[in-house]
Amino acid sequence: MTVVAVIAGVLLTAAAVITSYRVLAGPSTLDRVVGIDSLMAIAAAGLAVWAAYSNDTSVIPAIVALSLVGFLGSAAVSRFRVRDDR
Amino acid sequence: MSVWEWISAVLILSGSALAFTAAIGIVRFPDTLTRMHAATKPQVVGLVLILIGTGIDIRHDINVWMLVLTGLFTIITAPVVAHLIGRTAYREQRHRDGLF
Repeated sequence: MTVVAVIAGVLLTAAAVITSYRVLAGPSTLDRVVGIDSLMAIAAAGLAVWAAYSNDTSVIPAIVALSLVGFLGSAAVSRFRVRDDR
Repeated sequence: MSVWEWISAVLILSGSALAFTAAIGIVRFPDTLTRMHAATKPQVVGLVLILIGTGIDIRHDINVWMLVLTGLFTIITAPVVAHLIGRTAYREQRHRDGLF
């Protein structure tokens, strides 16, 4: 199980790093929203991998909270944002 | 390792690989709509695979139902976010009118 957790952690960390490049460099606000939404999903996946690795189920409510807050943030920003000049 | 642990390991590794693929797509694709496409479908499938793998691994615990709840909520809300982002992006991309 340790090997699986290490490989999954490396893949998810690399995914988070190259997604945060899109968050920093995205030309418009919508690209940053897409990147933040993807980062939320990656964080939830990382917490799930940690819960499976350590048999510690106290982080599982945080996965539900991350999913809820990610949806609310993305929906609110993409609905009520102001058009940026390009 | 038992059979359940092997199934859980395969699901977790597949989900991590799909999340990595989605991140590559987000960085490499040229347009907001295609980035939105890469951010929703492989990302959601990868997250659901990881949640199923975790639920199989901790199957003697009541918190499995919270993982099921998270998976259902993700499957329900991902098309809503994708629809909102795609609608806003399509409305604002007036400079690409001649391409279609």
